This record gives sequence, C-alpha cells and structure tokens, in this order.
Amino acid sequence: MSTLAHVFEEAGIATVALGSIGAHIQGTAPPRGLWCEFPLGRPLGKPNDPEFQHRVLAHAFGLLGSSEPVVEKFADAITDDGTETMVCELPPRHDPSLHPAVDEANGLRPAYDRAVAKLGNRTGAGRTVAADDIGAAVLAFTKIAEGTPWKEAGIPGIPARVAQDIRGYYETAALALAEHAPAAWAGARWFFTSTEAGRAIVDARQAMADAGEKHPIWFYITPGDM
Amino acid sequence: MADSDIKALTGGLELPDFESTAFTTPPPLAEAKVAIVTSASLHHPDQDDFSPMDTGYRVLDGGRRDYMCGHWSPNFDATGIALDLNTVFPIDRLDELAADGTIGSVSDIHLSYAGNQFDLSAVRMDSGPAGAKFLRDHEVDVALFTPV
Repeated sequence: MSTLAHVFEEAGIATVALGSIGAHIQGTAPPRGLWCEFPLGRPLGKPNDPEFQHRVLAHAFGLLGSSEPVVEKFADAITDDGTETMVCELPPRHDPSLHPAVDEANGLRPAYDRAVAKLGNRTGAGRTVAADDIGAAVLAFTKIAEGTPWKEAGIPGIPARVAQDIRGYYETAALALAEHAPAAWAGARWFFTSTEAGRAIVDARQAMADAGEKHPIWFYITPGDM
Repeated sequence: MADSDIKALTGGLELPDFESTAFTTPPPLAEAKVAIVTSASLHHPDQDDFSPMDTGYRVLDGGRRDYMCGHWSPNFDATGIALDLNTVFPIDRLDELAADGTIGSVSDIHLSYAGNQFDLSAVRMDSGPAGAKFLRDHEVDVALFTPV
C-alpha cells in the first residue's frame, strides 16, 4: 500500500494509507500513514461498527492537514491472541456412503446459501470452485491426505486457491450459523481445527510437504504459521 | 494460528526504499473528491479475477456493492469483509461523510490492486502510475489506501 501511496502522491493525488503492520508502514514511510494495530484483513477495525470505522477515518483524514509527511498510530488496538474460536454446530451425518468431509460440506450448503443471500458473496466459493463443486474439491484433499499424489487427486485448480474457496465456503456458512460477528481469525481456527474438511486440508498440506512437493504449491494452502 | 504470528512471518520481507517522499497538498477536505484504493484484490463478478502475480488493477464502480475478494493470500482474516464490506472498503462510510459535508464528494470510481506482490517494480513503474493517472483524469483529489 505504501508503495502505491508514494506513486499516487507523485502523480498529484494526496494520499492517506492505513497499515496493519507497524514495521511496514513505518519502514516504507508513506506521505501520510496511519498505523492501525488491527488484525490482518480488518483495516477499519470492527465489522458492523460504523462509529468505530468513522473514528479511524477521522484520524486518517485528519493527517491531510499536516504540512509534511507523517505516520501516526491509531489510539485503539485490537489484538488476537490465537485462542478465540467460533462455536458452530456442524450438521449431523446425513449420507454414510459419502466421505465424512464431503457429507459435512454438503450439509453446510443451506447455511452457506442463507449467508450469501443475507451478506452477498465476497469471500465464499466461486473464485475457482463453485459452491456446487465444493464437495468434490474437499474429496480431492482427503485423497491427498491419504497418500494420493496431488496431481492425481482431482484438485480442480491451484491447490491454494481451491483450499481458499473451501475455507471461504465454510467461513461464510459459519456466519449464518453463529449469527454474530466473530473475532478475527476465529472462523479460520474453527475451520482448520473443528471441521473434517479443514483437517483434511491441513493433512493434505503436510502430505504434500512430506512428498517433497515444491514449497509454494503446499505452503499457501493454509495460513503460514500453521 | 494467531494474527501476531502471521505478522511476525512478514518480518523478513524487504521493504521498498524511496529516496524521497512525494507530497501533494490537497484542497480542503470539505471540497475534495475522495476515492478508495485497496490492495484487497476486490473486483466485480463480471470482471477478471486476479491471477497469482497480477500487477494490474481493476476499476470499481462505487455505485455497486457486489465486490468479491480475489486476494490469494491465506494470511488474513476473511470474515470481517464477508460480514461488512466497510471493514476493508469503507464506501458507505465515505458516502456518509459526503452527506454530512465532511468530505466534498465520493468518486464514482475506485481502484483495486493485488497486495500479495513480491516484486513491486511493475506496480511502481507501470500499473501504479497508470492507476494514479486514471484517478487524476477523474478529478480525484484524495485517495484512501486500505490493505487486508
């Protein structure tokens, strides 16, 4: 962001850059920067909290009054200690003939559709894998986890992007099931630790690493600290 | 998995160096036209998704709300923007600021780039200047930059 801010400012547009990582926004020194110590993915801090978002914007736009380059820090911090997890009841087993992860994915479809109807689809399925095909994509990861080479498992695209769509499908469905705004990363932790699909993706990633696949192919399947 | 751990992973990234800091004095905020430039890889469903190393930009229609997040990184919380677009792209907040006179107006168009770039030279030399010119041609005075 700071790189673009330098470029746009050079072109005659006054800029204000929000940054979630202090070392980055201070190190790149944009013309005007506001370090907001918020979780990655939430640069305005709190979803569905217009008052808080306006406070961030008021500070940011206030920097336009500076007569020289400036980087400041927003007063409030929102931190994630890695412990809060969404609590979502998963659908009961419906079709015993299916792999449990596929049955689970299919069972979440009504919740996913409710969430999309209410919120729109910004981060759910559809970038690489349509909602109708999530079950097949999940099955491909279970095969990798069980030892099938990834190129033979039927992954319908670049593994990281396919995994992103599966995670997005689950997190979107979870928003309908939980009916509250989760803390940052609580949805991802729920997905990777509490669901059959999430665990299959984690296991598949490990299997790919153990098989000596190229680092970028498996590393970006989950968040980097996993 | 924790936000602090993921942020720590970025500690070794080489940051771009600028010999000087360009500085443009804006008009009074109450007279300024404001646009959002995000690195969240937002795009409309009828636009091309972002490819893994996509250094281009998409023009976003401020009158629409059907944005998809095409960012490739798994290293950010996606539920915030899933719940509320304004968590990343505060278009409704800008509309409110324009309505109460805090800002002059909200641009009809905004820009989206892909933030997951390791080589910034193309953005710095090509798509960045092109996007800036595009906004200047639309008489944008102030750009708010938002990441994910």
